[in-house]
Amino acid sequence: MRPLTEEETKTLFQKLAEYMGKSVERLINRSDERHCFRLIKDRVYYVSESVMKASTSINKDNLLHCGTCLGKFTKSGKFRLHITALDYLAQYSKYKVWLKQSAEMSFLYGNNVMKSGLARITEDTPQYAGVVVYNLADIPLGFGVAAQTTDACKELAPTANVVLHQADVGEFLRGLEDDMF
Amino acid sequence: MKLAAFWRLSEQPPPHTRFTIPALSNTSSADRRTAVSVFVSSSQLRNKKMGKGLRSGRQIASLSPPNKRVSGKDVAKGKTRPNAAAPATPRANAARAKGANNTRDSQNRNLAKSMSITEKKVSKLQTKKESSESQEEDEAMVERKYNEGSKEGESGSDESGSNDEEEEVAKRTVVSSAKPTPKKSNIASTTANKKKQDYSEEEEIEDGDEDDSDDESEDKNEKVSLAPLKRKTEEEESSAADSVEDEGSDEESSDEESSGDSDEKDMGFTDENANWLKPKKATKMSLMSSDDDEQGDNIDDDEFDAAAESSDDDDDGMLEVERQSRIIDEEMELEREEAEQELRRTIAQQTSVFHLPTPEELENDENRVVPPSELRARIEDVLEVLADFNARREPGRSRSEYIERLGNDMAELFGYLQELVDYFLSMFGPNECLEFLEASEKSRPLVVRVNTLKARRKDLAAALMKRGVRLDPLAPWSKVGLKIYESTVPIGATPEYLAGQYMLQSAASMCPVMALGPQPGDRVLDMSAAPGGKTSYISQLMRNKGVIIANDLKAERQKATVANLHRLGVRNVVTCCYDGRKIGLQMRNSFDRILLDAPCSGLGVISRDPSVKVQRTMPEVLRCAHLQKELLVAAIDALNHKSKKGGGYMVYSTCSVAVAENEEVVNYLLSKRDVKLVDTGLDFGKPGFTRFEHKRFHPSVALTRRFYPHVHNMDGFFVAKIQKLSDKRKGEDVQKEHQSEMATDQVIKDDRVKVEASNKRKQEGRKKNQKNNKRGYSSNIDDNDNDDSCEKATLIRKKFKISHAPNNVQLQSSGQKKKRINAKISKPRRMKITEM
Repeated sequence: MRPLTEEETKTLFQKLAEYMGKSVERLINRSDERHCFRLIKDRVYYVSESVMKASTSINKDNLLHCGTCLGKFTKSGKFRLHITALDYLAQYSKYKVWLKQSAEMSFLYGNNVMKSGLARITEDTPQYAGVVVYNLADIPLGFGVAAQTTDACKELAPTANVVLHQADVGEFLRGLEDDMF
Repeated sequence: MKLAAFWRLSEQPPPHTRFTIPALSNTSSADRRTAVSVFVSSSQLRNKKMGKGLRSGRQIASLSPPNKRVSGKDVAKGKTRPNAAAPATPRANAARAKGANNTRDSQNRNLAKSMSITEKKVSKLQTKKESSESQEEDEAMVERKYNEGSKEGESGSDESGSNDEEEEVAKRTVVSSAKPTPKKSNIASTTANKKKQDYSEEEEIEDGDEDDSDDESEDKNEKVSLAPLKRKTEEEESSAADSVEDEGSDEESSDEESSGDSDEKDMGFTDENANWLKPKKATKMSLMSSDDDEQGDNIDDDEFDAAAESSDDDDDGMLEVERQSRIIDEEMELEREEAEQELRRTIAQQTSVFHLPTPEELENDENRVVPPSELRARIEDVLEVLADFNARREPGRSRSEYIERLGNDMAELFGYLQELVDYFLSMFGPNECLEFLEASEKSRPLVVRVNTLKARRKDLAAALMKRGVRLDPLAPWSKVGLKIYESTVPIGATPEYLAGQYMLQSAASMCPVMALGPQPGDRVLDMSAAPGGKTSYISQLMRNKGVIIANDLKAERQKATVANLHRLGVRNVVTCCYDGRKIGLQMRNSFDRILLDAPCSGLGVISRDPSVKVQRTMPEVLRCAHLQKELLVAAIDALNHKSKKGGGYMVYSTCSVAVAENEEVVNYLLSKRDVKLVDTGLDFGKPGFTRFEHKRFHPSVALTRRFYPHVHNMDGFFVAKIQKLSDKRKGEDVQKEHQSEMATDQVIKDDRVKVEASNKRKQEGRKKNQKNNKRGYSSNIDDNDNDDSCEKATLIRKKFKISHAPNNVQLQSSGQKKKRINAKISKPRRMKITEM
């Protein structure tokens, strides 16, 4: 386990900013306890200081995870967010999308969201901004990328994509477990 | 006042001529008797014609319970008997069972059945006593019938009601009712011929039994009571014969005539309802007279003469009716006593002794596939025998033979390995063992635990119900459990589940965590964490504060743990995969609470995994037990008894019911470490065993808790809460312990150093190694990229070396202990110390 290098940190924050905007700093400067980012085998974990200290006593061969996994760095240095980061994304996200009942299951199976399934969308969503997808009961279902700006969405055909799927909670049932560490 | 007049006034049909006016005598019995006879007659007539002044069953029912119009005289004479509405003597039951149905058909059937017997018994007609007693019996039976009728209330439903009751009663007292019923009933029952058959068969058997009773019966009581009962039997038989024959005969005319005659003779009044009313006594008299003319008449005459005489004598104080009632009461008393004796005797005798098939007999069965129904029947028979072994055993067969047969049958019926069933039999009694095996066939209800980090139970329950799930709160002892009855959607795939608002977890698995009671801010270790159900529960109890180390031996299984933890939003867990036995060495005294949900044989969760029935052998169970002991001892070493947060507790739990994996393991720990058992807080479980077979456990083992599928409708589980008192190890040199304590004190908070120090101690004694240590050692510290810690460690090592030089000898011996763990250390040349 090691802390992130400068570059890695930058890449990470850039990615997070797509979803959270300026709130990224709130991840670091928290009111209750200081949290930090640690890297275990190319995966980024967001942990509180005390948990991190506890995990230092464990051999690297035996340590599997600590805190919350946000995502992993690919071989080419890009950072990919995982569904396990949904809690934090949902907490600080700027742009949100609400789905109708009919489109809920479809999204949970990994499909993109069509305009017909869109119930609400936050105003002024820029194109290709990171959005968090909710259902009508305000349960976060996953996240994706807005295919169009909010205004453009109004003029779309019903079958056009409004949100490009990136990750959804259905993955917990679809074999995400093999990808945990 | 004339009887007839009285009855007219009271608007009740006249009673049997022999019976007394209720108001003037011991009311309860008299009332009953009168009412019963009325009921009896009326029900008879229902089938024939409606008589004048006939009462329906309902009206008759209203006669009961009789008011206690007990006269002072009666009290003085001690005649007030408690209004025992239905003394549960066998005869009474039998009479009730027979019911008050008087169809001609049934009577004929009775007759046909008993004719064969009655002829035999007719020859035994006897004495005055007998006849009087038979009369008494009739009265008693009639009385019972009244009560039955009053209970049931409706004439229409009487038949069905009495049928049901009959069957019930017949089952209950099939034995005892055998004797009295067929003979007693002059009002035949309409019930299945089978019953009649049974009774007649039993009569025959009983006759045989009576003859052979001396041989078979070992019960002294039986012998003692044999003689009077025998006589009794004969009386009953005779009276039964009489009654049966009576039924067959043309009742009305003879009845009426005789009743009319006896009326006139006895009471000196005419009974205007004598036409349809059949007085039993009179009938008996006439019957007896028809069979055995002289005797019957004599008997009849004698009795009535006696009555008449006595009435003449005591004219002053009592009316004739009172005298009559007193006689009847006394007769009833006698009958009741005899009934008691007979009950005892018949129960012992009548039950045909279950013949336990010997192994030779069963050899034939080896190739045959014994049908489960037969196995089950045999199992139940053996259980019945074992319930009252001394009375019901087959002479010459030992208890162990029965138990063995029971074990074999149960193993075959349920599909277990023989040794497992024998083990269960030794743990539970025979009855409970059967219950356990049956409960292990069925599955437990689906239970869900609400994740309070993300949702509230109320909200979740509402959301699920909207989706079409029927659920209920789990139990009073759980605030987060929900029991699912049925669901239209898959519970493991709802959006709420995926959002991490709840987790599928069995009720039993919640108990160890509840017993542990982790507080926010604790350092907790979960030694067998996969797939993470208990770990997440611990975390939610700690409100995501503090630290949890979730360990499991297999990294593959930890993937599921990590996935679950993420889904449920748990943030304070560190997952690792160590061998739990080594954690004790590595992380000494570093946890406030520890949960060890040990890997076990799974004998308590057979309903989840039926393959356990055939896969687990006793050696495997013992192997599990050995592993559990090692884990438990290591866990205690990792526990910090000086915890400032009120810790120092660990919970040991298994999903097994085997004593070898539960109480024995805990008992072993008590002998190895300085610990004590404390209350788990789970009062709804059963206390653990303090002894088993030849083994005796520490009395505090009773504080542990066991859960059973057949008692609690939860998986078979075991929970023990242990508190660590000190680091002392029992049965070892005190110096060594001191040494180990000092060693730990020396180490700085950095955990890495602790590890190194423990390694150091192993090598302390060997000066040769010390030089090489630095090199070899540092190569092993490469776990952490931090170089600082390396230097720190070397510094400490040096310090350590200096201060502990004189204690070489002892350290060597403690090193020897470590030698066993790592053989490589003992060889001087070896430098590399493999840590874990």
